[in-house]
Amino acid sequence: MDTLPLHTISVLVANKPGVLVRIALVFARRGYNINSLVVSPTINPKFSRMTITAKGDLETLEQIIKNVNKLIDVIHCEEHPANTVEKELALLKTKASPAVKAFVAKNARKFHVRIDDASEGCYIIEQTGTTLELDEFEALIKKYGVLEMIRTGKILITRGQEKT
Amino acid sequence: MNKEAAKTPSKKAINGAEALIKCLEGFGVEYIWGLSGGAAIPIFDALVGSKIKLILTRHEQGATHMADGYARVTGKPGVVLVTSGPGATNTVTGILTAMMDSVPMIVLTGQTITSMLGKDAFQEADISGITMPVVKHSYLVKNTNDIPRIVKEAWHICQTGRPGPVLIDLPKDITSAPFSGDSLDPEMDIPGYKKDTPSPHKADIVKMAKFFKGKKKPLLLVGHGAVLSNAGAAIKKLAEKLGAPVTNTLLGKGEFPETHPLSLGMLGMHGTAYANKALINCDLILSIGSRWDDRINGNNNEFCVNAKKLHIDVDFSEINKIVKPDAWVVGQAREVVEELVKLVDPLDTADWLKELEYYKKEFPLKYSKTNGLTAQQVIDTCYKVTQGRAIVSTDVGQHQMWAAQFYLSDKGNYWLSSGGAGTMGYGFPAAVGAQFAAPKDLVVAIVGDGGFQMTLYELSTVFIHKLPVKVLIIDNKYLGMVRQWQELFFDNRLSGVDLEGNPDFVKLAEAYGVKGFHMDKPENCESVMRDAMNYKGPCVIHAEVIKEDNVFPMIPAGKSAFHMIVEKPTTKMEKPSGST
Ligand SMILES: Cc1ncc(C[n+]2csc(CCOP(=O)(O)OP(=O)(O)O)c2C)c(N)n1
Ligand SMILES: [Mg+2]
Repeated sequence: MDTLPLHTISVLVANKPGVLVRIALVFARRGYNINSLVVSPTINPKFSRMTITAKGDLETLEQIIKNVNKLIDVIHCEEHPANTVEKELALLKTKASPAVKAFVAKNARKFHVRIDDASEGCYIIEQTGTTLELDEFEALIKKYGVLEMIRTGKILITRGQEKT
Repeated sequence: MNKEAAKTPSKKAINGAEALIKCLEGFGVEYIWGLSGGAAIPIFDALVGSKIKLILTRHEQGATHMADGYARVTGKPGVVLVTSGPGATNTVTGILTAMMDSVPMIVLTGQTITSMLGKDAFQEADISGITMPVVKHSYLVKNTNDIPRIVKEAWHICQTGRPGPVLIDLPKDITSAPFSGDSLDPEMDIPGYKKDTPSPHKADIVKMAKFFKGKKKPLLLVGHGAVLSNAGAAIKKLAEKLGAPVTNTLLGKGEFPETHPLSLGMLGMHGTAYANKALINCDLILSIGSRWDDRINGNNNEFCVNAKKLHIDVDFSEINKIVKPDAWVVGQAREVVEELVKLVDPLDTADWLKELEYYKKEFPLKYSKTNGLTAQQVIDTCYKVTQGRAIVSTDVGQHQMWAAQFYLSDKGNYWLSSGGAGTMGYGFPAAVGAQFAAPKDLVVAIVGDGGFQMTLYELSTVFIHKLPVKVLIIDNKYLGMVRQWQELFFDNRLSGVDLEGNPDFVKLAEAYGVKGFHMDKPENCESVMRDAMNYKGPCVIHAEVIKEDNVFPMIPAGKSAFHMIVEKPTTKMEKPSGST
């Protein structure tokens, strides 16, 4: 599973009940594991945007995209090429210590991290960045002991005039 | 525009169920097949006095297959109405059957009241959840005023593009509440559904046409998509212009006449030897609305290796799914083939046709008339006695394959069979639906002793509505197709296939008020068949045939046509690697 490529798929859907289940079924039936899934509003309240990252082979991906496109409530679905801005947000909880504080301060610019909260001996560290940057920072801060972590999953938008 | 509905005076207050029925009337729905129950009573109530005829079946599965049979014959959606919970779940097999074979159908299910949803109310089943993977689309209605829009969308979706079943789950409070919407013919709201009529790209057709140039051994493969789009006339033009032989899938039967000199009949697992030889040796194959199903392409690595593969399909997701075509066009088969004919030139296929003629002579379909009554003789006799003019509906198993081999079909929509799902119990109720659709036609259900017993209770429906359906039971006292596999691949270790102790089917028919005929000898086969087919009302023909016969030719599942056998091999066969 781990050697398979990770794909980012963007789906514009009509805001109707059950559409998430229908899309999930298309993936599940073909053995595709969804790594992250973000459902969010768009500027038009009739539609929502789903950004999905999933692992699997290209041939199956083609089938999945075609079958998601076939769903009545899906406006369009495509895998996203490179020409996008992508972001993800992570919240990490660590023990509050001067070492962590110093580490976050040192990396504030490079990794877009900051301490959001300090209570009952814990820090909540917030990071925004690409999925890769989040992975990198997580690996680095691990040595200070991470108690909990939560990530939003990736969102993206195409650059320039082209619609996502 | 739904004129009928639009002009309905809306002065008199109506409820949701009445709005629903008025909409369906507006679409020209003639029949609804169903079975009532608490959550659906308001809808059944709205049918009182309606011009839509309600056909009460004995089981919800029967209702779905009748709607399916009606839809396959008329091309119009079949409509089913059932209650919540078990009534709804009883439709699942019929919905799968329709989905797999792209049949337009609307299934209306009653549901518990909205405030009880998700609380395990009496007879609550999450039917839209249960059926999600087997419907083209579905709705759980939450607002009475949405009913006309939803019904209109469902009506449109189920029969456009690639047809399929649409389910509408209707909570009882929603159908009971007063309808206060502005119109019974509102705007649809399906911005994601742009696939109703995909127009083929001219450039794709031009590209496809180029592949024919200089080919010596072309083969046309006709699938269900050709039937659904009435592509027959166009295909005939194409075949005759090219001089190309034509083979068909199980569901493509009839759209190109099987009696035409260029026809090779059905190909695939139990197809004719000559069709499968053509598959092996062709240098170009054009699929016209077939999805290269595993019954015809057991092993993709060995499939038509030396041929250019071309694919016409209305459903883009079928392109590249199994076969990677050299050229493809997305569009309705008829539209595409009509264009394609203009762009191709006649080919020199004289040697190719001669080669195939040789295979036809060398490996004809045949059966013995000296070792007792065979299913093949019964079906062949039925074909001859009815002069090939009947609408034939089959069940699933050996008899289905023999029917496909021996009951040649010359018209699309005259052959009904559960191809994709392989649903036992389909054949008889589907024939009933076909008879509703075509009351003047001769309708014959060719069924096995196993499958018939799954839905035979619809003999009541046949009796009550005086439908002259002829039910030809091929009684081999076995779940024959499974027995054949056990014999060939599992050392004849028979397990769970013995039907010895079958009921007396003639008496059974009579108990339902239906005439029974019986035959068990080669000698009386034709005279009994004549009597039965000339009988005015519904009848059952109980044909007791030899028990241990096998369907040949056969390509073991998971294998390519190279591995076709035309008779029982003397050496032991390995277990098949394909799915079933
Ligand atoms: C509902 C269902 N259950 C099981 C099967 C598996 N199956 C396929 S063919 C067959 C045997 C059918 O027996 P019968 O109806 O007597 O027809 P025959 O093969 O003997 O002609 C069975 C059990 C099926 N296709 N459908
Ligand atoms: Mg049998």
